[in-house]
Amino acid sequence: MSGKKNQMTGAKMVVQALKDQGVEVVFGYPGGAVLPIYDEIFLQNEIRHVLVRHEQGAVHAAEGYARSTGKPGVVLVTSGPGATNAVTGMTDALMDSIPLVVLTGQVPTFMIGNDAFQEADTVGITRPCTKHNWLVRETDNLANTIHEAFHVATSGRPGPVLIDIPKDVQFAGGTYVTPEKRRKSHYAPPTKGNPEAIAALAEAIETAKKPILYTGGGVINSGPEASNLLRQLAAETNFPVTSTLMGLGAYPATGDNWLGMLGMHGLYEANLAMHDCDLMICIGARFDDRITGRLDAFSPGSVKAHIDIDPSSINKVIHVDIPIIGDVGSVLTDLLAVWRDRGSKTSKAGLEKWWRQIRDWKRINCLDYTPDKKAIKPQHALVRLEALTKDMDRYITTEVGQHQMWAAQYLGFNEPNRWMTSGGLGTMGYGFPASVGVQMAHPEALVINVAGEASWLMNMQELGTAMQYNLPVKQFILNNERLGMVRQWQELLHGERYSHSWSESLPDFVKLAEAFGAKGIMVSDPADLDDAIMEMVNYDGPVLFDCLVEKHENCFPMIPSGEPHNKMLLGENASTSDAIGSSGAVMV
Amino acid sequence: MSALKIKKGTSKHSAYDLKDPNADVLETHTLAVIVENEPGVLARVIGLFSGRGYNIESLTVAEIDHTGHRSRITVVTTGTPQVIEQIKAQLGRIVPVHEVHDLTVEGPSVERELALFKVAGKGDKRVEALRLADIFRANVVDSTLESFVFEITGTPEKIDAFAELMRPLGLVEVARTGVAALARGAL
Repeated sequence: MSGKKNQMTGAKMVVQALKDQGVEVVFGYPGGAVLPIYDEIFLQNEIRHVLVRHEQGAVHAAEGYARSTGKPGVVLVTSGPGATNAVTGMTDALMDSIPLVVLTGQVPTFMIGNDAFQEADTVGITRPCTKHNWLVRETDNLANTIHEAFHVATSGRPGPVLIDIPKDVQFAGGTYVTPEKRRKSHYAPPTKGNPEAIAALAEAIETAKKPILYTGGGVINSGPEASNLLRQLAAETNFPVTSTLMGLGAYPATGDNWLGMLGMHGLYEANLAMHDCDLMICIGARFDDRITGRLDAFSPGSVKAHIDIDPSSINKVIHVDIPIIGDVGSVLTDLLAVWRDRGSKTSKAGLEKWWRQIRDWKRINCLDYTPDKKAIKPQHALVRLEALTKDMDRYITTEVGQHQMWAAQYLGFNEPNRWMTSGGLGTMGYGFPASVGVQMAHPEALVINVAGEASWLMNMQELGTAMQYNLPVKQFILNNERLGMVRQWQELLHGERYSHSWSESLPDFVKLAEAFGAKGIMVSDPADLDDAIMEMVNYDGPVLFDCLVEKHENCFPMIPSGEPHNKMLLGENASTSDAIGSSGAVMV
Repeated sequence: MSALKIKKGTSKHSAYDLKDPNADVLETHTLAVIVENEPGVLARVIGLFSGRGYNIESLTVAEIDHTGHRSRITVVTTGTPQVIEQIKAQLGRIVPVHEVHDLTVEGPSVERELALFKVAGKGDKRVEALRLADIFRANVVDSTLESFVFEITGTPEKIDAFAELMRPLGLVEVARTGVAALARGAL
């Protein structure tokens, strides 16, 4: 190596740049095209590397890490299959706006395009599933690109970025630049909202008689201060608050103004309030189809305001009257200042009537279920889990399906960054590796993955990772021996023809746990449930909790596809025949 | 704030009908997209259009500032007003995109396209082709005793018109560049 300042190999630059970006943990899996970087990782002790068992697991673990800390997650995988295995995770992160920096090895530059061993067009494959990606062909550009990658991943609407690094670029020497000295980036999405639009919203707040705050993952992505501001806004205006799946925890579940989650499996009162409101303030959410239901009947009588940092989210699906492009935290700061300056006015009489109406809806008690003496109802399992763990330092991840919706309904989140779930992409297999990532970030906390047996099996290999790094993640599996949500839709839509929605040849989960050296607990009697949960919580190590639940329970409330909010199906009194028309059946 | 009239018993409309059912008017817009001239930037723009199901009527791209690493992509696209707005917002979101201009709404603009026409024929048809080319101010850039290659620039409509006239006169092949456009005026 020459005596010139900041000269080093590309591989060393990668590790140096990660250190300079404050990275503490990297989730990865080695392979031929990243060996020089792994060599540099071997030679240092500042960055911890977590060896996953599959690259998809690395990306989901990084997502869990990112979502529970607010920091970007970092992934390191090899070329070809390493990169293609990471695609699902990156798509998941893109849909849910999770900041990730994914580093992939690539065959040497002179072999690119020759169908070399373990070559894939990684930047081509990942272009639509990353916020941005780079193929670095010169070592001198490497450090700058890595710094830019962190900037892009975490600025504006966060998302995953990928840097593809050919092996010869890792071996070659070049000049390292620090984050402070890097080339100035032109990428700088505005964060401050338009003052006129904010004033218009403040005015609308003063006169609204039936307002609602419809909040989403953007509040959490904006940082803890945004959640704090949301709480102030709700408390001072006395407006009711609902949230998407992604936004749970931004407003506390124990808060006075909380209506619960909205959407397809949201609470009755939340959806009815959305339908009937006269002022909808959408904060960091995006009018997803799980939220809106039938578009032409979505909240027909309301003035809609939309705060979002991504201009393409505004007017994409629903026309809004007051669009505000900006960071949630910044916009709420300005909004509160303007509204307070104007005298902190609201329509007290209107609100009183509105809350009376909402209390009437709440009396429906839409999450009511009939407990069973013999079989554990999945809802009951979650109610007990909530009762026994809600006061602990607790983080929840989930897989995807019925259990996910029940977890969102029955578990309460009082702080942001405590709830990690795959919302946009709906990735089965997300929750277990995500719980590994969360536990890495919070070693002392209780990390529970609420799972279904089918989802859990999709990334079960990560039990090896949990064991290797002593991560005491609790896998709370609601085992109904079915792909529960698929089975539910087949019951409602496809004439009870249960095509391939049962989980045959399931493993003995207790033995499976023991094979990895983890603890397995099986429970099937409701009378044993509490003790079993406490045994899981108190065990110092990974636990597979095989909770055998009622096999045919459906997840309600439910807005069938193609129906508006006010046509919800409720649990106890729901008639499931002809629930969904034939044209609704084409939708998922 | 008037309540929408909701038809009873229909479940045709859902969140999957992402287009505004009331705005089925298709508009054609010319967008000028100034991008960082880096590998893959054109693929990002094209991938956006194909991935989200937008139309491309024509597309031209070339570097316009070598030292500043800038290229200009001119896209002619059609869609409902809501879709056009969405296309612009989505283009603006691409990291190496610096500016997105909708020349159709930002004021008067000039649009030009270059085309090459190969026309083969003998006798009267050959004379007529040459006469019409003269009227359209097309240049002859290649000639044999039995063919011409004409070069013509103009609006897409002018080129369409020329193509219509050449067809009965022995049109063999056409190459068109797609539209390049600039806003009129000093800025």
